[in-house]
Amino acid sequence: MGDAYLRLQEQYRKILNQYLENKNEQGLYHAQQFSKKVLENQISPEEVVSLHLSTLEESFPDIPKGAQDSFEFLLEVMIGYGLAYQEHQSLKDRQRELESEIDVAANMQQTFLPSGIPEPEDLDVGVLSVPASKMSGDYYHFVHDENDCLGVAIADIIGKGVPAALCMSMIKYAMDSLPEQRLQPADLLANLNRVVEQNVASNMFITMMYGSYDVRAHTFQYAGAGHEPGFYYSAEADEFEELSAKGIVLGIKRHAEFREYQRVVAPGDFIVLLSDGVTECRTEQGFIEREEITRLIRNHMHLSAQEMVNHVFHELEKLQGFQLRDDFTLMILRREV
Amino acid sequence: MSSQSCVEVHTEWGIVSARQAGRNKAKEIGFGNVDQARITTAISELARNIYLYAEKGEICIGEVSEMGGAGVKKGLQITAKDVGPGIDNIREVMADGFTTSGGLGAGLPGVKRLMDHFDIESTSGEGTTITAIKWLR
Ligand SMILES: Nc1ncnc2c1ncn2[C@@H]1O[C@H](COP(=O)(O)OP(=O)(O)OP(=O)(O)O)[C@@H](O)[C@H]1O
Ligand SMILES: [Mg+2]
Repeated sequence: MGDAYLRLQEQYRKILNQYLENKNEQGLYHAQQFSKKVLENQISPEEVVSLHLSTLEESFPDIPKGAQDSFEFLLEVMIGYGLAYQEHQSLKDRQRELESEIDVAANMQQTFLPSGIPEPEDLDVGVLSVPASKMSGDYYHFVHDENDCLGVAIADIIGKGVPAALCMSMIKYAMDSLPEQRLQPADLLANLNRVVEQNVASNMFITMMYGSYDVRAHTFQYAGAGHEPGFYYSAEADEFEELSAKGIVLGIKRHAEFREYQRVVAPGDFIVLLSDGVTECRTEQGFIEREEITRLIRNHMHLSAQEMVNHVFHELEKLQGFQLRDDFTLMILRREV
Repeated sequence: MSSQSCVEVHTEWGIVSARQAGRNKAKEIGFGNVDQARITTAISELARNIYLYAEKGEICIGEVSEMGGAGVKKGLQITAKDVGPGIDNIREVMADGFTTSGGLGAGLPGVKRLMDHFDIESTSGEGTTITAIKWLR
């Protein structure tokens, strides 16, 4: 038995005798404080019982034999609690370990995302991606090319947490290993689909929207693989339209073809791309409507693209009581006036 | 090791006899009431496992000693032996939170915690031998 134990024993004797003498609330308060110390020192319940018995024997030398023996009985009962407590401790330690491993992995994952936001001439870009828990199943990516085109990808791995994050790193790798020469959005998705189908577990599916913005001609070509539709805001009409692209989710069929769409982007128009964590935001009243999102965007339209996405996120976060249920990614590309 | 007494475990009575043998030996060696209760709990768990999973086997209790820094150290050794089905994945059953009965804390990891030394040998289809020692402090 260590010194700490002897000291606790001494203290227990003192506070118990004090209590037996005065029988007041203060004495019980000491007992409560003592229980914290006992836990701190990892003294198991059976030891507390034994401590109690030995103190009792000292203070009441003629304690009835039956009462004394009953403590042996209690001791035996408490062993189980002691073990459960120790197991709880060790599981807690293991949980802490796992959490810190996940922290490391989450930091690593952050490095998969673009470190900066492109700033091509005449185009204002804003993006925000926030995981629901530590790791994210959302992904976005920018590709600049020598033809003055900015490629943008937004992907959502169906699922959440660590498995989705592992899959997300596959997508990053797959995108990096695509052929050097510029691919049209539909070809790029077909290519990526093949990689996903062959390399990613068959129960993992990925939705993606890929677009290419031609900074000189101001056209936006895009294709989608089962991804949540975005929005197109037309400044002239002052209206939001759905920006959807038909196509099968990546990883389902070996050979898939994707349709390509094109928009001519007028000054002040903007493109909104998002993951379903934005639209499937749940409040106490149920899922929010897509109109709610466009309303929020409209409220902040006078700001820069980055400020817009930040504000929309904060308001949706507030609507949901600061609890994200799904990974959130929102991207806005606006042609400057 | 000096004298060793063995108890056959085939019924719940056997579990109680094994506990009794452990209690007697623990007292004789000089263990206090807390350690006595720990030792008997460990014996219970091992004996119950024999009774439940191997049908029969035996529990032997003996005194052991070892030369340590501060002279001779005395201890109590439990050996639980059976020729039952054995344990396939020892690592799994030794992990916290595994027990099939959901029995909080106890089970084999509990025995390991209650004792100072724990050793398990088991071959699938051949049987299991578990040795555990509690040292007198
Ligand atoms: N002597 C044995 N022979 C064969 N299998 C055993 C033996 N002892 C344990 N096992 C196996 O190891 C598992 C874990 O045993 P352990 O005593 O840790 O937990 P449990 O018996 O399942 O639940 P608890 O003991 O908490 O009520 C058992 O479910 C059983 O499958
Ligand atoms: Mg058991």
